[in-house]
Amino acid sequence: MTDEVAAEILTTHILDLARSGRRLDGRGTDDYREVKVEPGFVATADGSALTTIGTTKVVCGVKLESGKPFPDTPNAGVLTTNAELVPLSSPTFEPGPPHPRAIEVSRVVDRAIRAAETIDLTRLCVTPGEKSWVCYVDLHVIDHSGNIIDAALLAALGALTHATVPAKRFGVRDADYPLEVQHLPVECTFVRLGDTIVVDPSFDEEQAAQGRLTVATDELGNVVAMQKGLIGAFSPEDITSIVDRALRHGERLRALARGSAP
Amino acid sequence: MGSIGAKEVPVLLSPEGRRIDGRRLDELRALKITAGALHEADGSAYVEWGANKVMAAVYGPREVHPRHLQQNNKAIVQCRYNMAAFSVDERKRPGLDRRSQEISKVISEAFESVIFAEEYPRTSIDVYIEVLQANAGTRCAGIVAASVALADAGIPMVDLLPAVAVGKVAGEIALDLKKEEDNFGEADLPMALVPQSGRLVLLQMEGHMTAPELARALELGVRGCRSIYETMKQALRERYATGTGAEPQGAA
Repeated sequence: MTDEVAAEILTTHILDLARSGRRLDGRGTDDYREVKVEPGFVATADGSALTTIGTTKVVCGVKLESGKPFPDTPNAGVLTTNAELVPLSSPTFEPGPPHPRAIEVSRVVDRAIRAAETIDLTRLCVTPGEKSWVCYVDLHVIDHSGNIIDAALLAALGALTHATVPAKRFGVRDADYPLEVQHLPVECTFVRLGDTIVVDPSFDEEQAAQGRLTVATDELGNVVAMQKGLIGAFSPEDITSIVDRALRHGERLRALARGSAP
Repeated sequence: MGSIGAKEVPVLLSPEGRRIDGRRLDELRALKITAGALHEADGSAYVEWGANKVMAAVYGPREVHPRHLQQNNKAIVQCRYNMAAFSVDERKRPGLDRRSQEISKVISEAFESVIFAEEYPRTSIDVYIEVLQANAGTRCAGIVAASVALADAGIPMVDLLPAVAVGKVAGEIALDLKKEEDNFGEADLPMALVPQSGRLVLLQMEGHMTAPELARALELGVRGCRSIYETMKQALRERYATGTGAEPQGAA
């Protein structure tokens, strides 16, 4: 019960601040925390990256294995995205089967990668109907200070842009070669705090939020995926202004994801 | 989207601007709603929408299972969206896959945004959606059915939740996609509207849309929702305007 009271006091405080356009950590409503994408974090993966947004940390490891295409898509490789919210990342997470929260993160990230056609899946096909690459994008949230969806996609992009197809190991070709990446979608998440809509919510802001909206945009200025989450509502006007803000933040975030890319 | 490995892309839009089933871009499929379709449930509804057949039932407010989910200051809303194995062309493995779990989550959140949950502390309001026959737009059909079922169960809400998907077909923004349009279309944007406030409590999107296209899609979707809203209210009126026979369940 004391936890609930403390949470309620914090929520009231966050909403009070938001009324005058202020935030608990001193940011403005449109300030994104510092973002870092560090590719090559895990040597055992075929591609990897550690992304930090403020103190939120997500590790992504990409592994490619030789497998079979799905019967309904004989000319395409397979892409699988999975996110794990491990208990070490937050006092609110417990061990057990995947929580709907984790499923939502992986599906929203997967949707952006797929809709933006980040990877041309037909290029992952080796022999139609017989043999193809299966690309596993595994996301590990290791420190949850809010906005894990944006962090997860940035980590996935960092990992994919630097991934190597292990063709030699699987006897497909004589040498390994870099994975081709076509488009870079980035997600930008907003939450409603009263009448104020803030970008890149912290953990406490997510707890206080009255609705969350994630918008994925690509480098051509398209919206490629969206997801509204949490309890709350947005008007069509809210949504169009959020999309404008997401397009603006998207450009900067994309440059960071590309970062030290060749 | 979905075009990899597909044999043939059908003509989705005729030169006259007619869609694969003859509809115009801003036209809904035929929608039929029956409130109170089940006997045992506290509230229920059956929806036939195009070739979709969806049943929804509401139980509660009742004790929370599992117990640790109980909240001391309000009811929790637990929605389960499930597709029957026989509801799609190729048999679906029974049970909740990840897609169904995600949809269940966003639908629960949409309803929790409109239900006066604080009136029933320490209880659960359980909403079950069963898709019996699927033809694109099943989550929206599920929301429409579930919200009529919630009203039928007498659960106090801000408003009913009409829902519809808007998409992009042959480069044009189109209302209420059917299966072929969804499979071969360029975008899909399901939404649920609170008619009273004009705000959206469910919104998802996949595909490619520019910002102006998205604004147009929202406008078209909101208009579609308002029309569906009338059908939902009519279904409830029909259920409770009999004046004959026994008092319907949950009518208090």
